[in-house]
Amino acid sequence: MKGDKLYVFLFLTPAFIITGIFLYYPFVENILQSFYKTDGFFNSTFIGLDNYVRLWNDEIAREALFNSLELMLYVTIFQVGIALILAIMVNAITKGTGFYRTTFFFPIVISGAAIGLLFTLIYNYRNGLLNEILVNLGLERVLWLTEQSSLYMVAIPTIWNYVGFYFVILLTAIQKIPDDFYEAAALEGITGVQKMFKLTIPLIVSDLKTCIVLAITGTLKIFELVYIITRGGPGSSSEVLGTYMYQKAFEDTAMGYGATIAVLIVVLGLTLAFITNKLLQKEEVTY
Amino acid sequence: MHTYTKDRLTFWERFQERYFSQSKVGKIFIYVVLTLWSMTTIFPLAWVFLNSFKDSREIITDTFKMPTDPTMQNYVNAFETVNIGKSYMNSFIISGSVVLLVLFIGGLAAFAMARMQFKLRGLLQALLIASLLIPAFATIVPVYRMMIQMDLVNTYLALIIPHTAGNLPFAILVISGYMATIPKELEEASVMDGCGRFKMFTRIFLPISLPSFATVGIFVFLWSYNDLFSSLVLVSHEKVAPIVVLLSNVSSQYGTDYGLMTAAIAMTVIPVLIFYLVVQKTFEKGATSGAVKG
Repeated sequence: MKGDKLYVFLFLTPAFIITGIFLYYPFVENILQSFYKTDGFFNSTFIGLDNYVRLWNDEIAREALFNSLELMLYVTIFQVGIALILAIMVNAITKGTGFYRTTFFFPIVISGAAIGLLFTLIYNYRNGLLNEILVNLGLERVLWLTEQSSLYMVAIPTIWNYVGFYFVILLTAIQKIPDDFYEAAALEGITGVQKMFKLTIPLIVSDLKTCIVLAITGTLKIFELVYIITRGGPGSSSEVLGTYMYQKAFEDTAMGYGATIAVLIVVLGLTLAFITNKLLQKEEVTY
Repeated sequence: MHTYTKDRLTFWERFQERYFSQSKVGKIFIYVVLTLWSMTTIFPLAWVFLNSFKDSREIITDTFKMPTDPTMQNYVNAFETVNIGKSYMNSFIISGSVVLLVLFIGGLAAFAMARMQFKLRGLLQALLIASLLIPAFATIVPVYRMMIQMDLVNTYLALIIPHTAGNLPFAILVISGYMATIPKELEEASVMDGCGRFKMFTRIFLPISLPSFATVGIFVFLWSYNDLFSSLVLVSHEKVAPIVVLLSNVSSQYGTDYGLMTAAIAMTVIPVLIFYLVVQKTFEKGATSGAVKG
């Protein structure tokens, strides 16, 4: 349209000024900061790659990295796995689907902080939900958050929190499969479980892939649940990159080092998303 | 053909087929599993909700029983000792402003991206998609420094501005995707009627695209309302702290006051749950379309 230039400029400027100043600029500045030793304000010295050398030798950072990766493995397998099973099951029934959709999905809207607090109550030694169940059954109380178990104890609420999200994505994908596919399969004598492995799952492979990529990149953003349930402890047994970054940058005021950890999180996220995309590359199905 | 495929079934598959998907037992099994999982989502919240009406001692002694003498004391405490009302206000002021700003600024930009031709369009589109990969961790250090320099830390703006910036790319992409599907004829007709670009936006594209605005609004609200990380850094002072920061403080400072903790959880969760049940359809549709297309 004639005279659009002015409107393009008027309509786009506010959005790109805000994102430019408060999203893109900080992103670049964060990378620059990772080359400085700085508390953020008065002291700032250029130290080249020292922060990266420090990160390489930092044993807690290494533990946080491995914890994040381990968490990623559990979360991806169980979130997407449970969601797939639930979606196939809900698709197989006729009554009560609305109820299950609602109850499976709603944990997503609850803040990580509230879920964290909820699970601290569940794990609590004195009168947590789990120990009360044990006592009622006549068993001994168990200390749930130990160095060995803390990472699993954080993984459980993380999985529980997001299963519903993947459930809805997969259920929608399954319901999009045209009925003629199933009719054709029935004519060929393919039914039941076989139908699931040979028809349903191959047809929703691209949605499964999306779920896996989302689960993997999502795990790198974990912060709330760990921060509230364990604060990364006991020791640093459940420390993840997000909580360690927060601790370094804002509790120990080592902002430059915190920025370095943030760079690691971004690089890791990009690499993993890229690798999963490559590994799971398959021909997309269109109906 | 029939027998051939049957032969290829493993024992486990045949077993499942017989007892799982074909029979009544199978149906019952499915319902049992589904109901068990829905119990895991309902039961903990019901437990918290029930216990929030007991005093801390009764929570310890009779945690699974109905409250014998229901008390509102925990809720009174939540308002008096930790001032949960104030945090509520803060949360709604901050997240509400973020939603309005994102929808207004993002809506305008989406209109330009979807319906106008200009040179940098492709580049900007790529930039928007790339920015979906920027986590809050990667911008927080410089943002914090900027907020300190502008003397904004511990004011509402300290969180409103970065949340707006962080959510704009998502909003622009989703809304412009929706606007791109609106038929060209409508645009031409409105030109015939003498609409300028701005009028065209407010009179035609905004009303037609309302469903996408609703989806984006709901998501942005929840993300902003639930974000603990940026809130801890930028607005941790009691006067401006949103409810998630209060929850985090409750867990570290009042870790033994079970009554207060249960009441605080119930108060954070219940409004969101009601909100969710009201907008459920829009929200789930948005979740799937957004994720699958993105």
